[in-house]
Amino acid sequence: MDKKKLKVKGSIFNRISDTNLLLCITIVIFLLMYISAVVFLGGGFKKPQMFFNILNNEAPLIITACGMSIVMISGGIDISIGGVVALVSMSCAVYLDKTPGGGNLWVSLLIALAIGLLFGIVQGYLVSYCEIQPFIVTLAGMFFARGMTTIVNTDPFNVENSAFRKLKDTRITIPKMGSYTKKGLYQAAYIEIGVVVALVIVVVLFLVLRYTKLGRSFYAVGGNPQSALMLGINVKRTKFLSHVICGLMAGIGGYVYFLHVGSGAPSHATGMEMNAIASSIIGGTMLTGGVGNIIGTLFGVLSLSSIQNIVSSAGLGQAWWTGITIGAMLCLFLLIQSIVMWAKKRSLKA
Amino acid sequence: MSNNDTKAPANKFLTVVKKVVSHQMFIPIMALLILAIVNLAFDPNFFKITLGKNNAGNPILSGPLITILDYGAETAILAIGMTLVTAAAGGQDISVGATIAIAGSAMLRVLCGTNPSPDTIQAPIIVAFLVACLVGMACGAFNGALVSFFKIQPMIATLILFTAGRSIAAWINLNKLPVVPDPKFAYFGGIIPGIPVPTPIFIMIACVLIMALILKFTNLGLYTQSVGINEKSAKLNGINPILIKFIAFVILGLCVAVAALIKVSRISTINYSVIAKDIEMDAILAVALGGNALSGGKFNMWASILGAYVFQFLTTTLYKFNIASSALPAYKATVVILLVFFSAPKVRETIGKGFKKLKESIGKSSKGAAGKASEGEA
Amino acid sequence: MDEYRLLEMRGIDKTFPGVRALQHVDFTLNKGEIHALMGENGAGKSTLIKVLTGVYSKDAGTIRLDGEEVKIHSPQDAQNAGISTVYQEITLCPNLSVAENMFIGRGNGKITNWREMNDRAKALLERLDIPAKATQQLANCSIAVQQMVAIARAIDMECKVLILDEPTSSLDEQEVEKLFGLMRDLKAMGVGIIFVTHFLDQVYEVCDKITVLRDGQLVGEYEIRDLPRVQLVAKMLGKEMDDLSDIKGEHEAYHSPDADMKIFEAVKLQSNAGIKPFNFYINKGEVNGFTGLLGSGRSECVRAIFGADRVIGGKVKVKGKAVKIHKPKDAMKNGIAYLPEDRKVDGIIGDLSVRENIILALQVMKGFFKPFTKAQAYAFADEYIKKLNIKTASADTPIKSLSGGNQQKVILARWLLMHPEYLILDEPTRGIDVGTKVDIQKLVLELASGGMSITFISSETDEMLRTCSRLIVMRDRKVVGELSGEDLTQSMIMSTIAGGESDE
Repeated sequence: MDKKKLKVKGSIFNRISDTNLLLCITIVIFLLMYISAVVFLGGGFKKPQMFFNILNNEAPLIITACGMSIVMISGGIDISIGGVVALVSMSCAVYLDKTPGGGNLWVSLLIALAIGLLFGIVQGYLVSYCEIQPFIVTLAGMFFARGMTTIVNTDPFNVENSAFRKLKDTRITIPKMGSYTKKGLYQAAYIEIGVVVALVIVVVLFLVLRYTKLGRSFYAVGGNPQSALMLGINVKRTKFLSHVICGLMAGIGGYVYFLHVGSGAPSHATGMEMNAIASSIIGGTMLTGGVGNIIGTLFGVLSLSSIQNIVSSAGLGQAWWTGITIGAMLCLFLLIQSIVMWAKKRSLKA
Repeated sequence: MSNNDTKAPANKFLTVVKKVVSHQMFIPIMALLILAIVNLAFDPNFFKITLGKNNAGNPILSGPLITILDYGAETAILAIGMTLVTAAAGGQDISVGATIAIAGSAMLRVLCGTNPSPDTIQAPIIVAFLVACLVGMACGAFNGALVSFFKIQPMIATLILFTAGRSIAAWINLNKLPVVPDPKFAYFGGIIPGIPVPTPIFIMIACVLIMALILKFTNLGLYTQSVGINEKSAKLNGINPILIKFIAFVILGLCVAVAALIKVSRISTINYSVIAKDIEMDAILAVALGGNALSGGKFNMWASILGAYVFQFLTTTLYKFNIASSALPAYKATVVILLVFFSAPKVRETIGKGFKKLKESIGKSSKGAAGKASEGEA
Repeated sequence: MDEYRLLEMRGIDKTFPGVRALQHVDFTLNKGEIHALMGENGAGKSTLIKVLTGVYSKDAGTIRLDGEEVKIHSPQDAQNAGISTVYQEITLCPNLSVAENMFIGRGNGKITNWREMNDRAKALLERLDIPAKATQQLANCSIAVQQMVAIARAIDMECKVLILDEPTSSLDEQEVEKLFGLMRDLKAMGVGIIFVTHFLDQVYEVCDKITVLRDGQLVGEYEIRDLPRVQLVAKMLGKEMDDLSDIKGEHEAYHSPDADMKIFEAVKLQSNAGIKPFNFYINKGEVNGFTGLLGSGRSECVRAIFGADRVIGGKVKVKGKAVKIHKPKDAMKNGIAYLPEDRKVDGIIGDLSVRENIILALQVMKGFFKPFTKAQAYAFADEYIKKLNIKTASADTPIKSLSGGNQQKVILARWLLMHPEYLILDEPTRGIDVGTKVDIQKLVLELASGGMSITFISSETDEMLRTCSRLIVMRDRKVVGELSGEDLTQSMIMSTIAGGESDE
């Protein structure tokens, strides 16, 4: 009678953690989707550059979504990142082009980091030490950033700074992945600098979350803040740092975005926060906190972007299909997550 | 708890002050008062309401106060539903802006048929409105089902319609922008000839009254709060939490339909990507400014509605100071942060402690002022 | 004497809004000593412990550890000072692995070495015989295992002071024995242990000394051999207990012609909570109970009766008529009331007032569209606040600010207001003070002699023996026996629970 109780239950659900379970689902679904796109749609999808373009376009989102995931894992949320990205690109654009004699690239990078950090620090302070709900704080942060963007400069404009343009047009070619155009010209596959930055950040943050005390604290605080406190974790500081990291990522993401589009505009990165949240969720992060993974977030962004590409290549020309399909996919992912977690709970009970 | 050294009458006074200050409605009412005073200081005519005539020669009241009441109506109506959803589900619906687009688009589809600029309306306005109500409720039901049956967090569940809503709205009318030919349709967002008060104000009052009656004559309030505070024990007391959450979302859907009527009627047409943009944020902020916990549980409907008007008052005030509309959010955000900062329990506690220390160091002579402030905690 | 004062707390004061939780409390713990901290609910035990562990900051007083004054501002400080704690509620993170829960928040390194951590955790789990894997997610473990993990964590910290705040409430007997063995080992190693529990047996089994608190004040510190049980209870209550003995005799059993009418009857009832189908009935005016070890399915049975879990099979009759009970409301309509096991999770609605909490069930019965007027609600609330002697500032006070015993009375009032014919009380006396416990037991018998049928569940067998006239014994989620009359003795219950394969 005792032996039975002592045996650790052996079902698959029991052995895998929530985080890994959701990660696996995401990767499988992404692969299925992309492979079926290659098989059934062919065309652009057959070329590796299609994939690299997704990376080029979505590098800023990857970076900001990673920051978002960390905040979400800690049990918070940050609505401000789209606004911060817009503010960063506008400020850098104004600095680079409107300073007499042209601005310095490094200084513009510093500006970007400073803005991101500042938002992170102020919001983090209000959330963790003043105990105001993160949703409200960062919502106000978003409004503030959007407003400030137009105060910095009302109209969109392209940056002409030569050093900047050079950096912007830098392409890193990938050997053996190129393809031939219809005319038989070889086009080398390439990625932009932003992609390298994004991938480095993914790796770094993955390692931070997995192997550092701070990273594990994010999970603990998100899982149960009360318990985390009792376990000797400085909950307030942990929450604060999660927002600081997210702010920093918004700053870096903002600069990469700026590098990609090469302009400043108040309407830049509209809705990026929601895309970041959606990617995190598709990547298996739960808004309730404590569950999530940076690799999952990367796949979340890739899935989201692939859906958009698939919709437009599938010949559903009308603009509305993109929105509807993304909504439907999001719904599908959420339902799958919900059902899997439910099944898991059920199998544990039995 | 403190002040036991104060004399009895002063003590009584302080208790009253404490009660007033710690009341949920204090912050929104204070905010309204401060806004009113600031406006009066810069413009003595701020509260002047004049009776004039509009382009069509109909009498119309005008003045900042009327503008506030008029343009705050949609947010106030949405705040009603948002308060319920927040209380029951412990989360917010971020899709209301998008669902306004859907409901509005459906309304136009019924009114105009497939022709974007018909000569007459194709169906009575009431039918169009009822269809919009059904559509709004269906959207609410969709969100509600995800939240209550599938137990997805509200913000995430409503993210779906937030993402897809405006596309669905465009799809309903195949991206055409129908214009309603009947001038009667413009009554709902404008004025009815002969009645000088803007109609949205009446619609808002009607909604508030209906909600008041519902709260008085049903147990919606008690059930919603029970579910929001402790779902498990509500269930063991015979309440169906799934149903209550679902109902909250459906009611919000209805509020969305009403707001959509006003929004669409104001311009007699629609712009899918712009209509009611960011209104979900306004409605959520209204709930928060009213001092309601965004994590659910106890709620005060009137505080939320007041919160909506604080927000509108602020907007109108900022316009009066000639601030460009695109820069408006920065100022709004600053004020909102200040408001929530000073209503945060933690901050109040710290300020209270600070004042207490100050009081002790200054001594008993200045008890009155500091005492009042220290009562601001709790 | 080789008594070495390990921990000295002197003149501790702590005030919460409206309550002076601790007034000038002293507490001393010697090296290698197991020291029980006793008191009624609201006496200040938990507050004292939370002050010591840095969860609350004290208003006044000093804490000395090893003779040196220490300042403890957070649980981290306490850990670093060598104080580790196992709390009553499980304070671990369910989303992390077992090993992480044992090691997170400890040490100064910035990097987590997974392999080393898992190895150490594995060794520890094996040493303590805990049936869990180091890499398993904590949420996938049973509550008892989670509690053992918390204990393992505390023990592994090589602490000077170990605080156990009601750690046994979710453990079964063998696990409690295991824990006691560990405590004795640690004691031999010179660790000072503070042990808080409501179970008097456990105190007398392992402790050396007892400190009693009452109403936030120190009553005294006693050697265990100098303080017999009756006196301990008297000290905790502040008055001599008239009796804890035979309250059953005071109340007449229900004697009407309809006394053998079956108020409720279930045949092969089964729910999705994993209990085997069971048969059950209760007569009018009868008090019966489910007994068995924790996790034997006692609560699950009554939850199935009330429709709190999903019923998946069986037939139910109320007063001889077949009815269907799918959800709590069905049961309520049939005159069944259920006071749940976990007051905080299933019972109270924390932010609502005492009044709203009292009228809730009756209000739900009355219907969605027929709210009580304020006057009616106040009348009901005031009536029961008086009747059950609920200590609350007013009917408008939020229930969460009441003490545990009073919260329980409010929930009881909620169900009594419904005037049920059949009342189910699942652990109504858990975690509440002795005085209220006796009040509740008396009330149960009083209600029964008035014709109400009551099912009573308690972890304390003597409490059930005092109140019930028939006991249903459970083991491994199965009904294994029924005892009544002469058979109602401690030893009979034990042997029935142990069953044929008993190796006692």
